[in-house]
Amino acid sequence: MSDVQNILLPEGSIEKQTITLNVGPTHPATHGVFQNIMEMDGERVMSSESTVGYIHRAFEKLAERRPLYQITPITDRLNYCSSPINNIGWHLTCEKLLGIQTPKRVDYLRVIIMELARISDHLICNSILGVDTGAFSGFVYLMEFRELIYEIYEEICGSRLTTNIGRIGGFERNFTPVAWEKLEKFLKEYPKALKEFENLFTRNRIFIDRTVGCGPISAERALNYGFTGPNLRAAGVDYDVRVHTPYSSYEDFNFVVPVGTTGDTYDRYLVRNVEMWESLSIIEQAYQKIQDFKGVDAEVYHAHVPEYYLPEKKEVYTSMEALIWHFKIIMGEIEMPKGEVYNSVEGANGELGYYFISDGGRTPYRLHFRRPCFIYYQAFEELVKGSMLSDAIVVMSSLNLIAGELDA
Amino acid sequence: MGLTNEQIQNKLTEKFGEQVTAFAEPYGMLTFEAPKDLNLKVLQFLFDDETLQFRFLTDLQAVHYPNDKGRELAVVYHLHNLVDNVRIRFKVFTDINTPDVFTATQLYSSANWMERETYDFFGVNFVGHPNLKRILNVDEMDYFPMRKEFPLEDQTRIDKDDEMFGRGGSSN
Repeated sequence: MSDVQNILLPEGSIEKQTITLNVGPTHPATHGVFQNIMEMDGERVMSSESTVGYIHRAFEKLAERRPLYQITPITDRLNYCSSPINNIGWHLTCEKLLGIQTPKRVDYLRVIIMELARISDHLICNSILGVDTGAFSGFVYLMEFRELIYEIYEEICGSRLTTNIGRIGGFERNFTPVAWEKLEKFLKEYPKALKEFENLFTRNRIFIDRTVGCGPISAERALNYGFTGPNLRAAGVDYDVRVHTPYSSYEDFNFVVPVGTTGDTYDRYLVRNVEMWESLSIIEQAYQKIQDFKGVDAEVYHAHVPEYYLPEKKEVYTSMEALIWHFKIIMGEIEMPKGEVYNSVEGANGELGYYFISDGGRTPYRLHFRRPCFIYYQAFEELVKGSMLSDAIVVMSSLNLIAGELDA
Repeated sequence: MGLTNEQIQNKLTEKFGEQVTAFAEPYGMLTFEAPKDLNLKVLQFLFDDETLQFRFLTDLQAVHYPNDKGRELAVVYHLHNLVDNVRIRFKVFTDINTPDVFTATQLYSSANWMERETYDFFGVNFVGHPNLKRILNVDEMDYFPMRKEFPLEDQTRIDKDDEMFGRGGSSN
């Protein structure tokens, strides 16, 4: 070896028997901006250190200067695969603080939207899991239906990904006939596609070999790590916020909470799939319940809360009262009651909590988001230690890590 | 149907006497305080007790009250009893000059990152934490941004050239 070194290597790197590998921050397999520094022995992961915060946007600090409605678009950007759940969760938190009761029809409309969001989140997670194990076709089947879901959002609130859907007390407008049409189309066509997707994966030899026993976690460890949502249920704990602390009239619906046994990647996949079926059934039930509203009741899409619900545009232009309320709400000139409230909803990834302290001002004194992703991602090292790198990628995919939710 | 807030309160006062204080039930959730050097004892008691069984740490974060001298920082634990489905909120207050609070990582693995986040934003020094370093902010940051002395944005600041973003010129 010549004395002249062409490549500057760090001290001791020749003697070292392991390789330090950076997975991320912008790696196609991470599906988001976060980094894992893995110490590899050949193809085996010896240790993994996660670095997060690459897209930290200081939402909690921002929220301290913003009136309620300006916080809704912030929540969009937490788990952007299922923004409506975040939006509605936030509005439910505000309603809890302000003591607003919503009519049943509003609850059911919200349930429809939230379950659509859950489906759109799970279908992405499961089909991307397919892509990461080498099967692209399932992804293509299901992606089409996310488009359909987004079209429904679009019909209701005008936007698709970061939806900013709804208002405190309900929705900004009633569901249009087109929205119902699209929903019916979705309910009719999605089961077929999901069945097809399951046929491709659930009993697929290659898929089973890649996922069974991959990144398992016991129920006890999962609870200790603060797992919630499908990842916890895959480990065998039937904790679901929709059942334990029903919100938005979830107690009116019949659905099964699927649980796994080993908490491995395959179980997580199965739990998410069953949840999609259950969500479909919930949407159908809600659809039926909404059909039962007749006359005036069938037109209700928000609670009567003039202090917090933006008046209709037509009224803003024609009546003084409405104009004043519109101005006050937009400029955030409404004082909230004092209080301290924790409210959580079952997000697509688990318990999405809002800890909201109001000191009686116009903006929150403190707002904290309990982001399920952030909390369960710390178990990643324990899940992948000693496994192959390719398995670690599959585990990461099955945890459904969303960078927006990790970093807030 | 199991546990009521009253039972929990009785259990706690029976065990810790006068030291657990400020019982309240905002929006139905039992909230109480304890001195900061007792936080682990209280958490352990809540975890171990056969009837209480608060074994799930839902959330951990801090709040800054700059006007409350001597107890500026509050560390707030949200605990959940999954068996009886009861939630409680437990707070410890600390002086901002000596923000040392014992870590709960031995009890809850999930506390690891939550405490790092709390340290990152509020500077609460979790004594005994295995890896207490910044998590979301850059490592070089030398202040704790969620404290109230850092206003979000001063609309009149002149040190920043925001001309390209339509927020006034740089003439001043």
